[in-house]
Amino acid sequence: MAALDKRPITGAGPLNGVLTWIDARFPLISLWEEQWGKYVAPKNFNFWYYFGSLSAFVLVLQIVTGIFLTMNYKPDAAQAFASVEYIMRDVWGGWIIRYMHSTGASAFFICVYLHMFRGLLYGSYRKPRELLWIFGMLIYLSLMAEAFFGYLLPWGQMSYWGAQVIVNLFSSIPFIGEDLSIWIRGDYVVSDATLNRFFAFHVIAIPLVLLGLVAAHLMALHEVGSSNPDGVEIKKQPKDPQTGLPLDGIYSHPYYTVKDALGVVVFLIVFSAIMFFLPEMGGYFLEYNNFIPADPLKTPPHIAPVWYFTPYYSILRAIPPLFNSQFPGVLAMGLATMILFLLPWLDRSPVKSIRYKGPLFKSALAVFVIVFLILGYLGTEPTNVWGQFGPWLANADRATVVARICTALYFLFFFLMPWYSRRDRWQPEPARLT
Amino acid sequence: MSEHEVDKSKRGLLVATGVLGGVAGVAAAVPFVGSMFPSERAKAAGAPVEADISKLGPGEMQIVEWRGRPVWIVKRTKEMLEGIKKSDGKVSDPNSEVPQQPAYAKNEFRSIKPEIAVLEGVCTHLGCSPQFKSVEAKGDMGQDWNGGFFCPCHGSKFDFAGRVFAGSPAPKNLEVPKYKFVGDTKIVIGEDTKGA
Repeated sequence: MAALDKRPITGAGPLNGVLTWIDARFPLISLWEEQWGKYVAPKNFNFWYYFGSLSAFVLVLQIVTGIFLTMNYKPDAAQAFASVEYIMRDVWGGWIIRYMHSTGASAFFICVYLHMFRGLLYGSYRKPRELLWIFGMLIYLSLMAEAFFGYLLPWGQMSYWGAQVIVNLFSSIPFIGEDLSIWIRGDYVVSDATLNRFFAFHVIAIPLVLLGLVAAHLMALHEVGSSNPDGVEIKKQPKDPQTGLPLDGIYSHPYYTVKDALGVVVFLIVFSAIMFFLPEMGGYFLEYNNFIPADPLKTPPHIAPVWYFTPYYSILRAIPPLFNSQFPGVLAMGLATMILFLLPWLDRSPVKSIRYKGPLFKSALAVFVIVFLILGYLGTEPTNVWGQFGPWLANADRATVVARICTALYFLFFFLMPWYSRRDRWQPEPARLT
Repeated sequence: MSEHEVDKSKRGLLVATGVLGGVAGVAAAVPFVGSMFPSERAKAAGAPVEADISKLGPGEMQIVEWRGRPVWIVKRTKEMLEGIKKSDGKVSDPNSEVPQQPAYAKNEFRSIKPEIAVLEGVCTHLGCSPQFKSVEAKGDMGQDWNGGFFCPCHGSKFDFAGRVFAGSPAPKNLEVPKYKFVGDTKIVIGEDTKGA
């Protein structure tokens, strides 16, 4: 019946007929208008607002390059390493597809981390955007799983020993841990069975989950509307009598379509520079030890995860074992990611944006960013990178002590947030965007 | 009964159907979850392996692969055995109380013959393979080092009997696999005189 009620499409020239026919049978126009075409966004998006659309762009890039990589990759412990080298050397264009995928993995995390930092800056997680934030966090967790499973596939030394250590983290869970880690590996050690199932997770299971979550994230965003650097809710503003839009709202299309397209262009310039000239990024994007085939009998002298996991890896290493168990460290590492879910309820400031928050919140956020970067750096290095303290501190590794202090500050940022965000000075938000 | 009233008498049936459907759904998950456990082939792959140690010199280590893991065979010198004795006060389980070894290796040197050590080279912390650090490695290991193994991943230290030093992240001693001697120069790993 809807088909009969709909007005014919106009303004598309020769396509009017086709579009009318489709729209009578599928909600094409209304979907486009709700999700983007007629979506009204605040007019003051700044630099930080590029990274949502860029993350989506990188997701597409990873899916497309990933599909083409699977055409030549072999998920078999005896052939995996050689098949990656085959892609690099013998497949026409294989090297560029693989470098796009490996650089894309790091680019994905750079975009997502900056996107999340934007949320912290402008309180994008605050009411009514709690679910939007939670969907985003679920995307972040899935992305970490995706990256972890994918990292085993080249079957290099880092792939192998990284997976060995991470899967063994689960074995420290009391009672069920040992069986759980065997179940995850499908064998008593990381082996062909593990590689095969990680391949399944990496190319099918997690990408499906990711796509579903991205759809939910976007639907939630377009339901509640975008936040902005001032934290003003444009939906509560009076409407402009001429356009019928909120006073500070503009259509996403064409305004933000054009802005995001510029973002993609600049991103691709930087991305290409890295991909062509620095694909290994000095061992940070592709670790040197991963150019050695996996050897279950020999651990490399220094193992570290890829940079995007290192803040959490530092936290894991910083917590000393308690009662002969590594579980407290594993728990702290898990908590460090999970606690981000609670941000919408931890922040008790009357205003959303950092522009109107006071010195307490600003300094707490600054400390948090510095601590996150230090933890990230330390996670890439061995614990003796800064040498030892003297006997007055029992010859403790300097880096371990710093990591412990940083871990404490990391958690204090969240645990004390209800207190300092409420106590802090603040200014009222303006009625209009500035 | 009027058209606008909800017929609640069928609620029980709906709930029962829903619950049964849920049970069936959970039951259907069993083969999927089960398929991720080690297959019969993976379980059977633990066959014993034989190692020839005739060429192993004093103080040297040989690595044998068993069940996909490294197994170390070390021919311990007098000095190395002395080092083990010196570590008694520094290791967390000096008498091997935790069952990380067969009964015949629950002794001072955790081995059948004192001079031949057989250990699984897998750190009990997170499964990395520790490195051999001789008695001379006092440079990187500290002046009180008497020889043993060092795990590069998280810094756990073990003596030449595979006993973990107190304060290491690793909670337990290195595991001693089942093994037996066949003659003087052959060791079978994964099988002892009682069988596999």
